[in-house]
Amino acid sequence: MAISLTDAAADRVRTFLTNRGKGLGLRLGVKTTGCSGLAYVLEFVDELQEGDEVFEHNDVKVIVDAKSLVYLDGTQLDFVKNGLNEGFEFTNPNQKDECGCGESFTI
Amino acid sequence: MALLQIAEPGQSTNPHEHKLAVGIDLGTTNSLVASVRSGLPEVLADEQGNKSLPSAVQYLEDSILVGHEAKNNAASDPENTLVSVKRFLGRGLEDINRLYGDLPYNFVEKEHTVNIQTRQGEKNPIQVSAEILNKLHTQAIATLGDALQGAVITVPAYFDDAQRHGTKDAAEIAGIKVLRLINEPTAAAIAYGLDSGKEGVIAVYDLGGGTFDISVLRLNKGVFEVLSTGGDSALGGDDFDRAIVKLLLKNANVTAKLSAKSLRKMYDLGRELKESLTINETVEFNVSLLEGDIVGQITRAEFESEIEALVKTTLRSCRRAVKDAGVELEEILEVVMVGGSTRVPLVREKVEGFFNRTPLTSINPDEVVAIGAAIQADLLVGNKPDSDMLLLDVTPLSLGLETMGGLVEKVIPRNTTIPVARAQEFTTYKDGQTMMAIHVLQGEREMVDDCRSLARFVLKGIPPLTAGIAVIRVTFNIDADGLLSVTAMEKSTGIESSIQVKPSYGLEQSEIADMIKASMSNAKEDMAARMLAEQKVDAIRMIEAIEMAINESGHLLQVNELEAINNAIEALRVSTAQANGDVIKTAIKALDDISQPFAARRMEDSIKQALTGHSVDNV
Repeated sequence: MAISLTDAAADRVRTFLTNRGKGLGLRLGVKTTGCSGLAYVLEFVDELQEGDEVFEHNDVKVIVDAKSLVYLDGTQLDFVKNGLNEGFEFTNPNQKDECGCGESFTI
Repeated sequence: MALLQIAEPGQSTNPHEHKLAVGIDLGTTNSLVASVRSGLPEVLADEQGNKSLPSAVQYLEDSILVGHEAKNNAASDPENTLVSVKRFLGRGLEDINRLYGDLPYNFVEKEHTVNIQTRQGEKNPIQVSAEILNKLHTQAIATLGDALQGAVITVPAYFDDAQRHGTKDAAEIAGIKVLRLINEPTAAAIAYGLDSGKEGVIAVYDLGGGTFDISVLRLNKGVFEVLSTGGDSALGGDDFDRAIVKLLLKNANVTAKLSAKSLRKMYDLGRELKESLTINETVEFNVSLLEGDIVGQITRAEFESEIEALVKTTLRSCRRAVKDAGVELEEILEVVMVGGSTRVPLVREKVEGFFNRTPLTSINPDEVVAIGAAIQADLLVGNKPDSDMLLLDVTPLSLGLETMGGLVEKVIPRNTTIPVARAQEFTTYKDGQTMMAIHVLQGEREMVDDCRSLARFVLKGIPPLTAGIAVIRVTFNIDADGLLSVTAMEKSTGIESSIQVKPSYGLEQSEIADMIKASMSNAKEDMAARMLAEQKVDAIRMIEAIEMAINESGHLLQVNELEAINNAIEALRVSTAQANGDVIKTAIKALDDISQPFAARRMEDSIKQALTGHSVDNV
C-alpha cells in the first residue's frame, strides 16, 4: 500500500509547514460526507494517532489512518494552478465517480 | 476537480462549506485583497499578476473601469475618473475644500456629505468605494474558487464613526459581508503576530505615497488600544520623487519651466531613481525631454541630503504622538513599518535612531496591512482551533451627549474595548418639561462646537414633573464593528425612544437599498453586453463558414441564389456594427434560412462524390 506526492506538492507542503512553524507532516484521509458519499481530508498533523501509517516523499511526511488507506491506496497528491485558483488535487485510482464539483466521490 | 487547501488538525470542512474569508486594505491610492490558504497569508494577484489595485474608478458612457486602466485615464478624463475618494468618505464639501483645495471634480453638496457629478450621473464616495471593493471581491472569488463567508476591512485609526459607517455601507453595496472593520495599524501589528506577543506599547510608522501616519498602540489582554495617532496627510514618497527631480534639474542647470509632459517624465524618473537607490549607492540616468537631454548620475548620499528634512518632519510627528499617548520612548517594545516609502534606507535608519529599536520590516510594507486583515478574517470565520481568542478593537474617540450650556458629557470614553454598552442617567432642566433633545457627539473636546455631531433625536412623552425629578436613562451601544446606536428611556413610565441613530454623515438604509438595486440593474446591462458580444462572434463565425462554402462549391448555386446569400451576408455584417442583439439575431436567422438549400445541396453533392465510382457492395 502506498501514497505518493508529486514534487510540486511536496514543495508546497514543506513551505506551508515551515510557515506554520510546527507540525509533523500532512494528513490525507477520507470522511463520509458530501453529495457523492466520501470526501477528502487534508490537514496538518501535530501528533500521530494509533494506526497511522507514515509515507515519505522528499523529506515530507504524509500520514494516513488505516481506515482511509483502504480508499486511498495508490493515490497521488499534486499541487496545481488553474487560472487564478491553486491548490491540491487527488488522483485516486480507487475513485469510480465524483460529484460535479469534484469535492466528493464514490468508490 | 476542485482544488483543496490544508486545514488545521480537525478543522477540515465538508465539501462546499469551505470557510473562505479575505482581508481588504481599502487604501487611498491602492487597495489590496489577501487571504490565508493552507495556513499561509498571501496577497491575491489578478490575472496580470498585479497584487495592488489602484483606487481609481472611471465612469465611461456605458461602463465603469476600476484600477490600472482608470488610473491611466485620470489625466485625459479627470472629471469622470475619481481617484483617492477615500479622502471624501464621510466628509462635507466645506471639509473637502479646506483640506484638499483645488480638485478637478464637480462636487454636488449634500447634507453633510458630497456627491461627484460624472457622465453617469451623481456618484457618492461610498458608491465609488463600492466599485473598488466589488472588483477585489470578484478577484478573490476567482482565486479562492468559491463564495466568501466575509471580509475584514481596514480603516485608518483616526476614522470617525461616519467614515467607518461609510466604509461598511460601501462593502454592503458591493455584496460583501463585513466580518469586522479593524484599524490599519492594528492589522499591521497582527501581521507580525504581535497580538499574541508580549503586552506593551507598539508604534506603527506608516509612510505611503502621499500620506504619513504614526499610531501608538497598547496591547493589553489581547486587545489593541489606540493611544494616539498623528501624521501629515500631505507628506509621502511622492515628495521624495519631487526632491530628486528638483535636484536633477538644479544639477543640469535647467531653469526654464518644463512642459507638463516632460515634468511627468521627470517624476517617473525620480521614482525609478528612488527605488534604485534603495539597493544601489550610485545610479546613472539618461532622459530625453522636448527641452533637451539630461544625462548624469545621482548618489544615495545626495538623495538623502535632499529628503532629510522631510524624514525629520515625520520624526517630529512621532515625538508628538508618543507624548500624546502619555508613554515614554523607552516603553515602546516594537516599531512596525508600513507603506512602500519605508523601504528607503534613510527612513529606516532615522526611525531606528529615534525609537532606539530595530523596526520590523520583514513583511512587504505595501502588503502588511492586508495580510494582518486576512489573518484576522481567517480567525473570525473559525479556521483556527483556538478561535475563542477573538481580537477586539477599541473606540477611537469618546462618545457623549450635549448637556446644558453646550457642554459634552462623555458616556463612552475613547479606547473602550468594543463591543460595549454604557448607560448614564440624565434629568429634566425645567418644571413640566415633557421632551428632551438628545444630541450625540464624538470627540475629545469639552465644548459641543469642538466635537463632531453624529446624530440628534428627541425623546417625547416625559411625564410633566418638577425639574430634576424625571430620570432619563441613555444607553450607548457600540457593536463589534465600532458602529453606534443610542437609546433613551424615561424610567418611571418606561417610555423609550426607539429612534434609530444614524450618523449624519452616513447613508440612509433606503439609499443603500437603492444603490444595491442599482448595482443589480447594472448586472443586467453587463449581461446584455455579454450576450451582444457573443452574438457578434456567432455572426462572424457564420459569415466565415458560408464564404468558405461558396469558395469551395459555389458552382452549386444559381446566380440569383448567390446574390441573395451575399446580400444576407452583407446585411448581417452591417448588423454587427450595431449595439442591438435582436437585430443581429434576426440577421443571423435570415442568413441561416436563405443558405439552408445551399447547405442541403452541398451535403447531397458530397455524398454523391463519395459514392461515385464505388460499387454498391463497397458502400
